[in-house]
Amino acid sequence: MSVAVATKLRGKRICICAGSGGVGKTTISAALAIGLAARGARVAVVTIDPARRLAQSLGLAELGNEPRLVDPARFAAAGVQIDGELWAMMLDPKQTFDEMVARLAPDASTREEVFQNRIYQQLSNAVAGSQEFSAVAKLHELHRDGQFDALVLDTPPSRNALDFLEAPTRLTSFLEGRAVRLLLAPPGLASKVVGRGTGLVFSVLRRVTGVDLLTDISAFLRALGGVLEGFREQANAVGGLLRDRETTFLIVSSPEREPVEEAIFFRDQLRRHDMPFGGLIVNRVQPAELLLGDPARARGALAVPLGDRLAERVIANASDLRSLAERDRASIERLQRELGEPFTVLIEEQAADVYDLASLGQVAGALFAEDAA
Amino acid sequence: MTPSAADRAPGVLAKRLLFVTGKGGVGKTTVAAALGVLAARAGRRTLVAEVARRQDVSRTLAGEHAPEMGAEIELAPGLFWTTIEPQGAMEEYLTDQLPVRALADLLIHSRAFTYFAAATPGLRELLTVGKVWELSQPQRRTPGGQPYDLVVVDAPATGHGMAYLAAPRTFADAARVGPIARQGRIIHQMLTDPRRTGVIAVSTPDDMPVSEALILHRELPRQMGIELERVVVNAVQPRRFSPKEARAIRAARDEVSERGARAALNAALSQHLRSTANRRGLERVRRATGRPAATLPVLFEPTLGKAEIELLADRLERTL
Repeated sequence: MSVAVATKLRGKRICICAGSGGVGKTTISAALAIGLAARGARVAVVTIDPARRLAQSLGLAELGNEPRLVDPARFAAAGVQIDGELWAMMLDPKQTFDEMVARLAPDASTREEVFQNRIYQQLSNAVAGSQEFSAVAKLHELHRDGQFDALVLDTPPSRNALDFLEAPTRLTSFLEGRAVRLLLAPPGLASKVVGRGTGLVFSVLRRVTGVDLLTDISAFLRALGGVLEGFREQANAVGGLLRDRETTFLIVSSPEREPVEEAIFFRDQLRRHDMPFGGLIVNRVQPAELLLGDPARARGALAVPLGDRLAERVIANASDLRSLAERDRASIERLQRELGEPFTVLIEEQAADVYDLASLGQVAGALFAEDAA
Repeated sequence: MTPSAADRAPGVLAKRLLFVTGKGGVGKTTVAAALGVLAARAGRRTLVAEVARRQDVSRTLAGEHAPEMGAEIELAPGLFWTTIEPQGAMEEYLTDQLPVRALADLLIHSRAFTYFAAATPGLRELLTVGKVWELSQPQRRTPGGQPYDLVVVDAPATGHGMAYLAAPRTFADAARVGPIARQGRIIHQMLTDPRRTGVIAVSTPDDMPVSEALILHRELPRQMGIELERVVVNAVQPRRFSPKEARAIRAARDEVSERGARAALNAALSQHLRSTANRRGLERVRRATGRPAATLPVLFEPTLGKAEIELLADRLERTL
C-alpha cells in the first residue's frame, strides 16, 4: 500500500478536505496546498475560518473573497521550497451569497428587494447550510475561471457531513416544490394550480405562524423567484462539480472515537452520493516510537542522566502516551478496514500548534513523503 | 426541587437552563455530561439534551443501547438524556397549538408544508430552541412530561449556537403579531434572564478554540444582552515537569541511545511544551474574561466511559 500522495492526486484539480471539527482540517488543507505548490502547481486554498495565526502566516489579514498570492519571500524565509504558486483566501460566506444574488438577479430592484428582506438576512448569515453552499459555489466559480491547476477546499466545521454534500440540492429541491409555486403564483391562479387541499394547509399555517411572518416569507420567496432560474443552474453545476472525475474528497480524521465514527459515516455518504473518495489522512497520531522498546530497559538507560525519581516520572508519562498510541493504532486499523483504499497518510502529533510556514512545510513533507503508507 | 437541593448546587447549576457551546471537537458533549452528573448529584432533576442526531452522551453514560429520538431516558437516578430533532419538535408544536388533531396531521403530512418548513431559514433553530424551552418549563406542555429542575443543552458549535439563541427574537420581530411573535418573545425573555439561563463556552487550551470562546464572550452581550456565564477549558495538560527538569530531559537526549528511552524523553519534552502552551491559553481566558476558566484535565484514556465522566465531574466541581 506504499504510495506517494502526489501520484494519487495526479489529474485531480479539486481536493475537498472533509472531516469532523477539531481534527486539524485547516492545517491539513494548507499543508496539502503547499505540497502541491512545492511541486510546481499553481494552487489556491480556500479556508473557511482559519486560526488567526495561520491566516497571518499565509499573509491573510482579513476576510476577502478572492484568493491572494502568498508572497514567495515568506516561503523563502521559512526555508520552504516552492516551485509553483500558493494562493489563499478566507471565505466570507455572507459576501459570497450576496455576490451570487447580485449576479443572478435580473434587475437592481429585485436585488435590493432580496437584500432588504429580513428572512434573507437570516439565511445568508448564520443559518446552517448557507456556509456550505457558499463554499461549494465559490469553488465552482474558481474552477470555472480556470486560473488554477488545483483547488484545495477546507470544508466548514459542520456537525453534519450531509449539510455539505446536500447543500447544492437542498435549496433547489425546495425552490422547485409546490409551496413555492403556490406562493409565487398570482392569488386567483394559486388555488386552481394547487387545489383546495394546499389552500387549507396555508390557512392553517397562517393561523399557527401569524400572518405577517408568512407575508415576509412569501415576499422573500417572491423576490428570490427573480433569481430562481440562475440559482437552479448554479446549484446543478455545483452539484455536478462534486461528482466530477477531477474532484476528490480527502477525509481527515484524528484517532479519537468520534472523528473516526464520523469519517466512516462520511465515507458511506460519499458512496451513496456517488462522490469520489480520494484517501484518508489521520492527523494527530501519537508518535510510533512510543510503541517501541521495553519500559524496564528504558528506565535503566534514563536512571543515570536523570536520577531515579525523574526517570520514573518520564517513564510514567511515556506509558500514559503509549496507551493513547495503542488506541491510535487500533483506530487506524479500523479506519483502513472501513474506508479501504486508495491511501492512508499518518501525520504525527506536533508538540506545538502548527501555524507558521516552516511547520506547515514539515506537515506538507510528511503528507507527500514517498514512503507514506 | 427542594430548597436544600438548591443550596447544595453551585451557582451555575441552580439555573433552569444551561447552553453548552464551543468550537467543534473541544468536548462540549463531555462537559455537558459532567455538568449533568454534578447537578444530579446535588439533587437536581436534570436533563441533558443533545441537539440533533448524535447519541454520544448516551453512549458515554449508558452504553450502546440507542434510545428512540425524542424519548427522555433516565441514565442514572435524577439524570435524564434526550435528543432534540427539529421535525419531531415541529410535530409536537403543531399538535400542541392546533385545537384539532386532524389539522395538525394535515400539516404534518402535507408535502407543501414540509418543503416550506425545510426551506424557511432559521425555522429549524427556532423549533429546536422552542423544544428546549418546553423541556425547561415548570409546567410541561408535553402530555405526561415531568418537569426538570435543570436542562443542560449540548448546543451546536459557537457560530450556529448563536443562531439558535437568536432565533426566537428574530421570528418574533419578523412576525410582529400572532402566536409565533408572542411565543418568540416569551422564549427570548427566558433565554436572556440570567437567573434562569446561562451560556457556557467550552474550549481546549489551543489558540483557535480559545479565540472562539472569547468571541462568544464579546458577542453575547452585544447580540443577546447577556453575559457569558463561564468558560470551561477542557483537556488541559498537567504540569508534569518543571523548566529545570525539562532542561535535564533535553540534555539527556544527547547521552541516551536506547530507543525506548529516547522515545520517552521525546514524549516528556513534547508534553512539557504542550503544557506550557496550555498555560498561555488559560492566561488568555483569564485576561479577557477577568476570571480564571473552569478547567478539566486531559485524560490519558483511550475512550471516555461512565467512570471517566464521574471523575471529570469531580474535577469540574472544584473549579466551577
